[in-house]
Formats: sequence, C-alpha cells, structure tokens
Amino acid sequence: MEPKEIAERIKESFPAEVREVTDFAGQTSVIVGKDSIKAILRFLHDTPELYFDYLADLCGVDYLGKKEPRFEVVYNLYSIRHRHFIRIRAKVPADDCGIESAVDIWAGANWHERECFDLFGITFKGHPDMRRILMPEDWEGHPLRKDYPLKSDLGLMEWRGYTDLLKTVEKNSQYEVR
Amino acid sequence: MSSTIIDGPAGLVEVEEGVKIIPGANAIVTSLDKVVNWSRESSLWPMTFGLACCAIEMMTTGASHYDLDRFGIIFRASPRQADCLIIAGTVTKKMAPVVRRVFDQMPEPRYVIAMGSCACSGNIYDTYSTVLGCDKFLPVDVYIPGCPPRPEAFMDGLIKLQEKIRGEHMKWGAWR
Repeated sequence: MEPKEIAERIKESFPAEVREVTDFAGQTSVIVGKDSIKAILRFLHDTPELYFDYLADLCGVDYLGKKEPRFEVVYNLYSIRHRHFIRIRAKVPADDCGIESAVDIWAGANWHERECFDLFGITFKGHPDMRRILMPEDWEGHPLRKDYPLKSDLGLMEWRGYTDLLKTVEKNSQYEVR
Repeated sequence: MSSTIIDGPAGLVEVEEGVKIIPGANAIVTSLDKVVNWSRESSLWPMTFGLACCAIEMMTTGASHYDLDRFGIIFRASPRQADCLIIAGTVTKKMAPVVRRVFDQMPEPRYVIAMGSCACSGNIYDTYSTVLGCDKFLPVDVYIPGCPPRPEAFMDGLIKLQEKIRGEHMKWGAWR
C-alpha cells in the first residue's frame, strides 16, 4: 500500500486525532495528538492490510522555540509482509511530558523508549522498566534537550561521578612516583 | 707461581657509551640504571584496553603485518601484569572512573600513552559526555596525535616511550 493511502486509512479511523499529513521526498508523516497514540499504533499493527509488524525506530525530537507543543515522539514503522512504510509523529507538550508506551505492541520499543527518556526526559506510561539506558544512572538532566549545555564543561551541573574522580586524583597526586 | 693481571683497568674496552667489557672474562661493567632501563624498555607490556576506533588501529599494529612483538611489546590482559596503559579512543565521563581504576591497578613502574586526538584533547567532541583529554585524570607520558594515528605513528609513539625509559635515572629499588 502507498504511504498516502495508509495516511488516509488512519484519518478515516481516527478523524479527531490526526492533526496533519505531510509528504516530503516520498516519505509520508502522520502527525497526531498523543492521547490515542496507543490505539493508533495498535490499529496499524493489528489491521491485516496494514500489518506494521516492525518498529524500525522510535525517537524523540525537541522543537524548543520552533514549534508548539515542544516535543515529538517519532515512530518509523515498516511492514515486512506488505513492504510498506509509514511515519507517525506524536505531539508531546512540555508541561505534560509523557506518552503511552508501545512495548506491549512491539517488544523492541523497550530500549528505544528508555533512550528517549534518558536523553529527552519524555516518560513512557506502562513501560516495564523506565530507567536511563546510556547516561550514568545518577546523571542529572536530559542532554539532548535544546536548553541543555552544549560544551564539555557543565560547570555546576557536572556529573558527580566525574567531579569525585577529579577530586580523588588531585588528592592522590602527592603520592605519584615522578 | 707468578701470574700477570690480564684484566686490569686498562683492559676495559668500552663497547658503547657507559658499557664496558672485560676481554676474555665474559663480563660487562655498567651502571644499574642502564641495565634496569634496558630491561624495561625491551619488554614493555601494554594493557589490552581499547575505547574506540583507535583500538582497531592498535590491534592492527599488534598483529602480524606491523608486528609489535619485535619491540618486545606484548599485550597483557590484566592490569596487574601490565607496564603501560594505552588510552586508545574517546574517553567519556562515564568511562573515566573505569579507566582510572585500571591505571590504579597497575604496579609501578607504569606509563600512559594517549593515543589519538580524542585521548590527547577530546578532538571535536566538546560535548556534555566527553572528557577533553585523558590527562585531566592520568599522568600521560606520550601523546600521539592522529584520527586515528597510522600504525607508523603509533609505533613512533611507543619508541618515544622507550627513549624516555632509557633516559630515566635511579627509578628502581624500594628507596627510589
């Protein structure tokens, strides 16, 4: 099925949820609200003609100062049986920074959602293990947010584990053999 | 019985600077510094420890084509048996305490080589997660630039370290 047809199917089934359908370079995105995201994804996965059995990627985007609401969660879906793609983009506002988890539809969403939480601070409701995945577990902040410091010197926000290491090295340097 | 002294001080022959032999007596006269430094530089055992793409180049240099064994450099899989830590790759803040612990487990005398631009200065990765040069928390002896350095450059760095060891003075014994 062509991506535009798939977008039409989503529009028919969820007329209140679909905000916009964009098409660029042959790639079609369906922009939806976050409230019924689980139902939309379940519909895409379970309908026999669509049968999106493969979640190719799940990621977050921060549109700070460019778009409202601030965040988006992007689902890149593929059907191995029908060989067609669709991209679903769910709007997530900053003041209610959470969305329903897709882990019970695609088990592979587990680590993707953890990464999205780690780097953007978007929580996934119903996720079985909502922990950081890349950064140290006691890291503060979410580094891929646009208002996060860009350079290596984080100043007072520096990770405790690293500042502790520097202090220990400084203290022990008197015992070094030179 | 009368005998003549064949190995008097006049009989010492200098074969290279600071090394003398006694002809016919199968003996060498030299300083302890020279013997210790020679043995250290000739069996430099680095820790098998890679962090990023530089480690691939380090493995290449260790393999048969470039053949680090001919310098007496043999990778050891335990810090307890290693003399030298090669920081081969980008050091992240999360990895920094681990790298330091590996270094702390190595017995003296120990040396550190910063291999590649990332280990020297952080390279282009001036980001939240990266340490800008492993000399922030390690005493680095040799810096090897390159992204990654070619095996020739890496070997040059190792030879530089051997030269440094050769020039050390009184770095042996419990009193040091």
